[in-house]
Amino acid sequence: MSIVTVQLGQCGNQVGQELFEVISNDANDTQRKVYSECSSERFFNETANRELVARSVLIDMEPKVISQSIAKTGKSGKWRYGDRSHFSQKQGSGNNWANGYCVHGPRHEEVVMDIVRREVEHCDCLAGIVAMMSVAGGTGSGVGTYVTQCLRDTYPNSFILNHLTWPYGTGEVIVQNYNSVLTLSHLYQLSDAILVHENDTVHKICAQLMNIKHISFRDVNKVIAHQLGSVLQPALTGDSHGIYNRNPIGQLMSSLVCHPEYKLLSVCNIPQVSSSSMAYSMFTWPGLLKHLRQMLIANSKMEEGIDWQVRAPSLQPEGTERTGSHRRPGFNTSLANLLILRGKDVNDAEISGFQHPSLYTPWLPADEAFSMWKTPVPFNKYEKSAILVSNSQTLLRPLDNMVGKAWNMFASRAYIHQYTKFGISEEDFLDSFTSLEQVISSYSQL
Amino acid sequence: MLAKVVLPRWLMSGAYQWEYHYLKLEELANVYMGQLVSQFSMTDYPLSFHGLCSAVGQCGNQVGCRFWDLALREHSHVNKKGIYDEALSSFFRNVDSRRSVGGSCDITGGRIQSLKARAVLVDMEEGVVNEILQGPLRELFDSTQLITDVSGSGNNWAVGHWTYGSAYREQIVDQLRRAAEHCDCLQCFFLIHSMGGGTGSGLGTCVLKLLEEEFPEVCRIVTSVYPSAEDDVVTSPYNSVLAMRELTEHADCVLPVENQSLVDIVNKIKHMSHSGKPGSVIKKDSAIISGQGGVSGAEKPFDAMNNIVANLLLNITSSARFEGSLNMDLNEIAMNLVPFPRLHYLVPSLTPLYTLADVNIPTRRLDQMFTDAFSKDHQLIRADPKHSLYLACALMVRGNVQVSDLRRNIERLKPMLPFVSWNQEGWKTGLCSVPPVGHSHSLLALANNTCVKSTFMELRDRFTKLYRKKAHMHHYLHVDGMEQGCFTEAISSLSSLIEEYSQLDATKDRPMPDAARLNIAT
Repeated sequence: MSIVTVQLGQCGNQVGQELFEVISNDANDTQRKVYSECSSERFFNETANRELVARSVLIDMEPKVISQSIAKTGKSGKWRYGDRSHFSQKQGSGNNWANGYCVHGPRHEEVVMDIVRREVEHCDCLAGIVAMMSVAGGTGSGVGTYVTQCLRDTYPNSFILNHLTWPYGTGEVIVQNYNSVLTLSHLYQLSDAILVHENDTVHKICAQLMNIKHISFRDVNKVIAHQLGSVLQPALTGDSHGIYNRNPIGQLMSSLVCHPEYKLLSVCNIPQVSSSSMAYSMFTWPGLLKHLRQMLIANSKMEEGIDWQVRAPSLQPEGTERTGSHRRPGFNTSLANLLILRGKDVNDAEISGFQHPSLYTPWLPADEAFSMWKTPVPFNKYEKSAILVSNSQTLLRPLDNMVGKAWNMFASRAYIHQYTKFGISEEDFLDSFTSLEQVISSYSQL
Repeated sequence: MLAKVVLPRWLMSGAYQWEYHYLKLEELANVYMGQLVSQFSMTDYPLSFHGLCSAVGQCGNQVGCRFWDLALREHSHVNKKGIYDEALSSFFRNVDSRRSVGGSCDITGGRIQSLKARAVLVDMEEGVVNEILQGPLRELFDSTQLITDVSGSGNNWAVGHWTYGSAYREQIVDQLRRAAEHCDCLQCFFLIHSMGGGTGSGLGTCVLKLLEEEFPEVCRIVTSVYPSAEDDVVTSPYNSVLAMRELTEHADCVLPVENQSLVDIVNKIKHMSHSGKPGSVIKKDSAIISGQGGVSGAEKPFDAMNNIVANLLLNITSSARFEGSLNMDLNEIAMNLVPFPRLHYLVPSLTPLYTLADVNIPTRRLDQMFTDAFSKDHQLIRADPKHSLYLACALMVRGNVQVSDLRRNIERLKPMLPFVSWNQEGWKTGLCSVPPVGHSHSLLALANNTCVKSTFMELRDRFTKLYRKKAHMHHYLHVDGMEQGCFTEAISSLSSLIEEYSQLDATKDRPMPDAARLNIAT
C-alpha cells in the first residue's frame, strides 16, 4: 500500500525533500530485499525506465523553493519528483493565513486537486495521505489548511495525517501565533492525526546531541526527516506474521488516536548522534529503552539532560477510585504510545516498562494504550534505534504558550485588520481560540 | 594559488568591457569550461518578484538615479555571464532594441540585450530628468516612461497635487498601466519622493492615490525624504503636513528618511576617513556613500546622501531578488510590521556604513553590526528607538550569516529594547545569501517604533508657526481644488496619528498583565 505526501509551502517542501532522501538512502542501504521493496512501493512509483518517482505533490505560492528541489533531485540520479507533480505561483502568501486560506486555496483548488488525483491514481492501493507544512507562515498554514479540507472532501474514507513544524518560540514571523492558532483549530476537525515537530526542540538536538556548530535550517530539516522516516518506513506489527504492515497509517491512527479530542502526536527517537561519533557508539536495548521511557515521562526529547527525579506515580490499590491525585508535577501522562524498534536483536528487547498502567491515563486500559512494531532491519545506518510515537501531554505547554501569546495580541486587536481584509472575522478568531482552549483543557485532564 | 585572468564585464549598452580578475584555480577551470554559472542564472524559472518604481520630483529622481546605478552595479557583480536572470528581472526588462520603441518586446532569459528599468519618472521641471537622459543611464528609459513639464511646482503642494495632478492624471495612469503590463507578476510599487517641495510632495502623493485606485491589491511602499529644520524652502512644513495625510491614508508602508540624518552620517564618514587613525583605513570604494564602480562618472554634491537612500531600497528588495535560506518578500514586511493600519511608519537603519580594511575577528564584527543597527547614529531619522517603544522590528541580513548567528544576536539585544506588551517577540527576520558590493555582510533594520512621534511633533510645530500667521497660505488657496479644509484636515490627521503613538507610549513602563484566557466549561 502506498502513501501520497503533499508538500506545502517553503518548510513543507524543504522537509519533504529531506524525507524522501532519508527513505531512499535507507531502502538502498539494506541487504533486505523485502524491506526495500516494501519501502519503495510505499513511497515511490517505478516508471518504465526503472526510475523512482516520489509519490509526492509539491505546492507553493512562490517558485524558488520548488524549482531548487526539483533541480537538485533531478541531478542526484537516485530518485526524482514527477514532472507534473508540482504547482507554484509567483505571489507568495505574505505570511498571512487568511490570504492562503481564503484567496490562494480556493483560487487554485482545481489544479491542485487534479495533481493529487493523478498521484493517487498511480497507487495500487492508497494507505493514506501525509500533508507536510509549517504553521507559522502563510502558504503552509493557510493553503495547507484549505488543501487538507479538499482532501477530506475528496477522500472521505482515507487516512489523513498532517505533519506540522512549529516555529521557534522567539519569533521567526511576528504573526506566527495567529497563523498557528487558525491552522490548528481547523485541522483538528479535518485531520485524523497531527504529528508535530518543534523547531526549538530539534535545534537543541542539533546543538547538543549532534554537535553542529552553525546550525542551518538544512540541519534542522534533516533531523525532522530522520525522525519522520523512522516512523513511516516498513515495520512488523504483532499480528502481521512476518509480513510488513500494509496499513501503516491506519494502524498508527487506531493505536494512538482513539478519541477525537486527542489528536496531537509527538515523536522521540533514540539514539541521535553525529555521523562522526556513530562508529564509536555501542548501544544496548536495555540502555536505549530505559532512557526512552524516562524521556517520555519526564517530557524530554533528548538523551541528555533527562530529569531522572521524575517518577511514575504508584498505583492506587485495587478497587479504589483513581483520582486526579495520581498526577504528579513534571510527570507526562500518556493517552497512548506506539513503540517502534528497528535493528539488531529486536526480539530480545524488554519493553514491559512501557506497559505499566501508571504511565497512562486511568480511563483507558494499559494493554490498549500500548502498541509495538518492530523490524530487524536497521534504520538509516543506526544499528539499533527505538522510536516512540506518543499521544501525551508533551505538547501541552508549547500549545498553551502559543495560544496565550496569540490571545494577548488579539486582546489589543493588533494585526487583525490584515486578516479581516481577506475575509476572516473576529468571530472566526474567537471560534479558533475556543476550540484550542478545549484541546488544552482535555490534555490537562489526562 | 591565484591566477590573473581577463574576463568580460558586460555593460548595459550590450557592449563588453574587459577586466582583470584574480581567480582561484578551481574557478578558472570552470570559467574555461564555460561553466561558471552564477547561482542566479535561473533562466528556466518562472519570473517572480517584479517591482515598479515611480520617482517623483527633483529629490525623488536624483535618489532614483542613484538607485538604478547601484542596482546595476550589484547585479553585474554577481552576474558575470551577462545572462538576463530572475534577479535582474525584478527591476529591469530585457528588450530587443532593434524593434521600434512602441513595439519593443520583452525577451525573457538568454543574453542581456538592452535593459529597461521598470519605472515611471515624473517631474514638473526638466532639469533632473534631462540630466538623466544625457547621462549613461539614458538607455534605461523609453521616452514613454518619462512625464515632465517645464515650469515646476514652485514649492507648492497644491500646485503639485491639484493642478498637475489633474492635468497629468490620464498620462500617469496610462504609463503606470503600461509598465504594470510588462510585469509578469507585479508585487509591489515603490514611490520615491521628498516631502518638503511641491512636485515630489504634491504630485507624488497624487500618484500614490492613483496607485491605490488602479491597483488596490498591490502593496505601496513609499520612501519619503523629510526636510530638515533649516530647510531653505519656507513652506516645507505646509507641504510636508499636507503630504503626511495622504501617506497615512493611502500608503501601506512609509520609510521616512530625514535629510539632517543623512547629512550627519555623511559628515561622520568623511571625518573618519580623514582622521587617519593609526591602523584603520576606510575602504572608500566600498563605502556605502560611494557610487564608485557604478556606471555614472564623477560624483555630484547630493550623491553621497542619495546613495544611502538608494542602498536602503537595494537592501529591502534583496531577499526578493536573490536567494537565501529564509526568504522575506515585501508583502511579508507589510504584514508583519503594521499592526494597525495607520501606524505604518518604519524607521530604517543601515549597517555597516563604512568598511574597515583592518581585519577584525569575523564573529565579533558580525555581532557589532547588529549592535550598530540599534544605535542612534545609524538611524535614518533623528530619533533614538532604543528609548521609545517598539511595536515590531524586521531584520534583513545579507551575506554569509546563518540562522544561529541571527538568533544569538536577537537574544543578546532583546533585553535592551523595549517592546510593546503584546508583541514581546515581535521580530521578523530574513536571510539573503548575496551581500552588497564590497561588503561581506550587511543588515537593514526596519523598526515600527514610537520614536517617529518626535519627528512628527517637530513637523507639527513648524507647521503651526506658519499657520498661526496664515503665512503664504494665499499661494495655496487660490489653486483650483484646494481649500482651507485641506489644511485643517491634514493637521488633524497628523495630530491624531501623534496621539495614537502617545497612547502606545504610555503603556511602555507599565507592566501589562496577560489577558484573561477564555474559560471552557468542563
